[in-house]
Amino acid sequence: MAGVSTINLHNPVPLSATAESSVAKTVLVGLTLVFFSLFLFLPLAVVFQEAFSKGGAAFFRAFGDPYTRHAIWLTLLVAAIAVPMNTIFGLAAAWSLTRFRFQGRWFLITLIDLPLWVSPVIGGLIYVLVFGAKGWFGHWLMDRDIRIIFAVPGIVLATVFVTFPFVARGLIPLMEAQGIQEEEAALTLGANGWQIFLRVTLPKIKWGLLYGVILCNARAMGEFGAVSVVSGHIRGKTNTLPLHIEILYNEYQFAAAFAVASLLALLALITLFLKTHAEWRAERQLHESSR
Amino acid sequence: MNPRSQTKCRRHALPGLGLTLGFSVVYLSLIVLIPFSALFLKTASGGWSHFWETITSARVVASYAVSFGISFIAALVNGIFGVIAAWVLVRYRFPGRRVLDALVDLPFALPTAVAGIALTALYAPNHWIGKLLKPLGVEVAFTRIGIFMALTFIGLPFVVRTVQPVIQDLAVEVEEAAACLGANRWDTFRRVIFPALLPSILTGITLAYGRAVGEYGSVVFISGNLPFKTEITPLMIITKLEQYDYTGASAIGLVMLAASFAILIVSNGLQAWNSKRLGIS
Repeated sequence: MAGVSTINLHNPVPLSATAESSVAKTVLVGLTLVFFSLFLFLPLAVVFQEAFSKGGAAFFRAFGDPYTRHAIWLTLLVAAIAVPMNTIFGLAAAWSLTRFRFQGRWFLITLIDLPLWVSPVIGGLIYVLVFGAKGWFGHWLMDRDIRIIFAVPGIVLATVFVTFPFVARGLIPLMEAQGIQEEEAALTLGANGWQIFLRVTLPKIKWGLLYGVILCNARAMGEFGAVSVVSGHIRGKTNTLPLHIEILYNEYQFAAAFAVASLLALLALITLFLKTHAEWRAERQLHESSR
Repeated sequence: MNPRSQTKCRRHALPGLGLTLGFSVVYLSLIVLIPFSALFLKTASGGWSHFWETITSARVVASYAVSFGISFIAALVNGIFGVIAAWVLVRYRFPGRRVLDALVDLPFALPTAVAGIALTALYAPNHWIGKLLKPLGVEVAFTRIGIFMALTFIGLPFVVRTVQPVIQDLAVEVEEAAACLGANRWDTFRRVIFPALLPSILTGITLAYGRAVGEYGSVVFISGNLPFKTEITPLMIITKLEQYDYTGASAIGLVMLAASFAILIVSNGLQAWNSKRLGIS
């Protein structure tokens, strides 16, 4: 082999042997760019291009539509309920799973992962089976004129289901890696549970927590499958932004559909930016606390 | 000095187990356990023959072929390009690398409905790429190729994100040793690097497959939803629900749940293999 003959003590391995040739490098970077262009850049670009295809005036007119405004409001409302609920759950679950060892711990961890591997459609289906017209409590609810399915409570439930893993999953590995020595030190100094949590744990995990909350919020505002099953698609009543996009699209109001879609695409880009930042800070915080 | 083993035996000292565990269990029971028991009980209430009839009806079986088959191809393609992208992002330095790296997670962050209409607009016969493909006689939108595009999009982050840290931790010394022993770059990749990456690649492919099988939002726009041709299994659940056939919907839901569970077990096994490998090296 030609490469081996050049070995000497000062330069034990020629660079070419542990790195690809520049041709191979170019091909690999090129393939990555083609792949990313087809699946990431172009879909993103097409959203903004189509949103402005009828001009800026048409773009802003799409947001003047009362149904669109209601969809924005409903999406914000659902996220404002689901995200805090799942943040509290995530904190409680992470505290119990990383600070204690108990029977059935693995079962709880598997349950927390469940929404990530089951179809979102099933996430909607299970609530229809419980609260729907022909479901378990269907008659009981109808007699009392309480609507859950095809109404806002159902949308909130389905959203809570698909988004509850995110905060817990962001915190568990971080809190596991950080250990509990500082909390124990606080305990021996006489701090109570809340003081330990607020003054010792929370500052240590704040970036990991933010990371989870950002992902949870993005999914809550963008969920389609699960919400689609329970919503009933009633315009001005139970249409969230993703469902509103579907209606506009199916009515061939493409410019309006993409205008609304561009709002969610913008949210996705902000999410990616914040997430990358929080991830970086959480990693740094972990290195600092392990030092 | 092993802090982990010290903390383990004193874990019970901290307060709050009752409150946090109690809250978590009640929350999960209300959100997950009780509704999921409805899935089992509703399916059981329909009886075995109805269950079997529903899940083996020709239209539903055709949807399995679409969902499980196309998801498999999409996951494999993600396996190939995911490894290349992970390699490029870890090993090479070029302008815009950080932006590319952050964009890998776009399919997680972009609402599936937005991805669905964007891909459809991209490949519809008179649009961007669709226009270029039309003279070649290739139709993507409203065919199985369109479903493949959507499922590849949705699974893109998984392989990249599982392989990336493994490449990062790869000991360069091993590559140098291979080179010293006379291996050229391709040999080193084939016989040293690839075997070290294999568990993580398979894990990534399994995760991408699991996500693709259940995917709904990004697919329904581009698939066209033609019975026997481009209907996916999650859509069959919705179709049954629209006919108020709750037992039929939950029967298909149960089949999907079982399939997802099987995929989860495989992926957990691969992950265990992966971390065992990493621990040794």
